Amino acid sequence: MTIVSLQFWAFVGVVAGIYTILALGLQVQFGFTGLLNFGHAAFMAVGAYTMAILVVKTGWPLWAASLAAIAVAMAFGLLLGLPTLRLRADYLAITTIAFAEIVRYVAINEQGLTGGPVGTIALAGPGEAASYNREWLDFQGSVQDRLESVLGDDATRDVTMLILVWIVALVLLVLVEAAVRTPWGRVLKSIREDEDAAAALGKNVFAYKLQALTIGAALAAIAGLFFAFQFSFFSPGDFDPLVTFFAYTIVILGGTARNWAVPVGAVVFGVIFAGTRFFDFAPFSLLESGERAYVRLIVIGLVLIGLILFRPQGLLGRRDEMVLE
Amino acid sequence: MTELLQLGANGLVTGSIIAIGAVGVSLVYGILRIVNFAHGDYLVFGAYVALAVNVGWNGHIVLAAIAAIAATAVLAVGLEFTLWRPLRRKGAGLFSLFIAAIGLALVLRHVVFLVGEARPRRYDVDVFQVHELGGVRLSQSQLIAVAIAFAAIVLVGLMLARTGLGKAMRALSDNRSLAAVAGIDVDRTVGLTWMLAGGLAGIAGLLQALILNAFTPNFGFLLLLPIFAAVVLGGIGSAYGALVGGVALGLAMEVSTWDALAGGAPAVYKPVVAFGVLIVVLLLRPQGVFGKARVL
Repeated sequence: MTIVSLQFWAFVGVVAGIYTILALGLQVQFGFTGLLNFGHAAFMAVGAYTMAILVVKTGWPLWAASLAAIAVAMAFGLLLGLPTLRLRADYLAITTIAFAEIVRYVAINEQGLTGGPVGTIALAGPGEAASYNREWLDFQGSVQDRLESVLGDDATRDVTMLILVWIVALVLLVLVEAAVRTPWGRVLKSIREDEDAAAALGKNVFAYKLQALTIGAALAAIAGLFFAFQFSFFSPGDFDPLVTFFAYTIVILGGTARNWAVPVGAVVFGVIFAGTRFFDFAPFSLLESGERAYVRLIVIGLVLIGLILFRPQGLLGRRDEMVLE
Repeated sequence: MTELLQLGANGLVTGSIIAIGAVGVSLVYGILRIVNFAHGDYLVFGAYVALAVNVGWNGHIVLAAIAAIAATAVLAVGLEFTLWRPLRRKGAGLFSLFIAAIGLALVLRHVVFLVGEARPRRYDVDVFQVHELGGVRLSQSQLIAVAIAFAAIVLVGLMLARTGLGKAMRALSDNRSLAAVAGIDVDRTVGLTWMLAGGLAGIAGLLQALILNAFTPNFGFLLLLPIFAAVVLGGIGSAYGALVGGVALGLAMEVSTWDALAGGAPAVYKPVVAFGVLIVVLLLRPQGVFGKARVL
């Protein structure tokens, strides 16, 4: 693959699309409501694993398993939120990351349920390679066939996925944008700005926070489903805390509390993340591919620090609506 | 019973390392309101500086320890000047500081990966020597770790209780403006707090790497959440609490695997025990087990 090929950019676009959906959930929780949820990756994991387990172990059809996966992730959101949303912001951050780590440890160690550290390929037990996405591949194949009549040879698997994931991402984006323009959305922002003032005006702050957390969990689960569809199998390592940090990077890079900034942040992130894998010119060519992975993460860390220091409102955010103060 | 004693001994080893990591996190949080997400990577930095001295230049492990303490203290103070102080000048709040700490953690960890390599590394020490004390078997590394960690705990405890600097740190942690009005040099105390937190992180990193035997740069993050749990257990901002909380948490993590406790938790779930303790304490007693209830 070279840097100018359509296939390469299609892959970058798919990653950006999945992260757009994931970060959109965080935008609802963190950007609009001010909840410092650092366990976002766990909701993604719960979504992906629930779908895979239901399809492989109980033979549910994919669409039903996917809907159930979103519902289970939302239930986890409630479960996490009910005891913890009354905590102060920094405590909430630490509790949610501990929650996410518990989910990941369970996924690694309960091999009978999740397939263990090797991932979903071991879901059906030893000696059998489990697959959960046959129905998805059939669907994707039929879409690809129709695309071929328009795009010809360019209509590959990644290009098809690119179109599908971005359709879903844009629909969700429109829905979230519509929701935050309602009075409901304004209450969320008022909670972010001054929780006590919102409570004094008679708003049930706790209920609104719970709704924001649960909606964010659903969006993360949808991102988890597309992640699972794209990569055909996954393991607990795919949902380590880095993924949550990436989602924060996207939200802050684009601009907090700006929905349309999320895809922009996600595309920039996608180029940094996936793009640098294929930078085969100096100075990158001096490093081995494993070392380039570290450079990539160093760059993402520096981007985060640099944004906080020099442009806390992100690329497209407004300074007066910046929850980072 | 022997099993319980053995687990208790292991718990003391783990717990004392967590304790000296936690006291730095707690002081920094108390004084600067920074939830230092990069603290685990300060530990890693110290461990790899020691590795460079011990394996790279064939230095004695004691020399390596001194280098780890000094280098990590310099790193922590340097970052205070280049990152944390500019952020405070700009009026950065809790969120900004938290996110900046995450960025810093990513940078530090992966710089160590880049320089120190990803393969498991080990110090040049005799790992096969095992000592038996009253039916409890401890490796040489574990004995060294627990001895040094306890010495550090006692020294830090005395420093906080008796010296002017210790009192200044506790006063700042308790009420920053009041302490400043009372004539405490805030900038100087903050710098010295980072020096202390960094030095302790350096030695904690070396000790953790020593008892892990073979380690990769990921061990810092794995230890970070137990360190946070210890801080919360002892009451955020309380240095003594963090020391006691660390030892208590180490014991809880090890003893949870005791057979007599309904078969014991599987050893792989030891970190989960720490996270569970963290969540339960935050929910039931957010001021910490040893902290006084006050408006937070």
